[in-house]
Amino acid sequence: MKVAKVVGTVVSTISSPVFDGRKLLICDLLDTAGEAEGGYLIAVDTVGAGVGETVLILDEGTSARQVLGWETAPIRALVVGIVDEMVVDGTTIV
Amino acid sequence: MQLGRVIGTVVATIKAPGLDGVKFLIVQPLDRDLQPKGRPVVAADGVHMAGPGELVYFVGSREAAQALPDTFVPVDHAIVGIVDAVEVTP
Repeated sequence: MKVAKVVGTVVSTISSPVFDGRKLLICDLLDTAGEAEGGYLIAVDTVGAGVGETVLILDEGTSARQVLGWETAPIRALVVGIVDEMVVDGTTIV
Repeated sequence: MQLGRVIGTVVATIKAPGLDGVKFLIVQPLDRDLQPKGRPVVAADGVHMAGPGELVYFVGSREAAQALPDTFVPVDHAIVGIVDAVEVTP
């Protein structure tokens, strides 16, 4: 799993059916200092996360399809948690 | 998934079984500010409606083949949606 910060959204009308009615979030990946490490993912929200929140991202297709109960979905990244606190080496990052 | 811009098309007559009828597009990956990032890739069009110039999002690795009618085909990138709007909070 990865820790990321939600920085935006993607709106799409024409898409694979699995994305119908789902929220797509642009998430900046964070390093262990809580800083953006340069990469990002577009992930499907499953927990009601929004812009500004630190989230947990599942980036593995088979697990993602299992969560959605849709075994042929072309999907890989899901937001599966909202981070309340993250501590690294005794330092509170989030 | 990542954002990308369709910059071209690829046509191949001779290809692996299962890829008949699949449209291939050249996609330039973009960062979240829509600036080009990395090398272009050839992606299958999983929505059957994408074309040059369009802003899309695509999925990589094994999940790409899941976007196609035959899900056990040799494809490593596939477009799974056409973007209407991107909103990024600075």
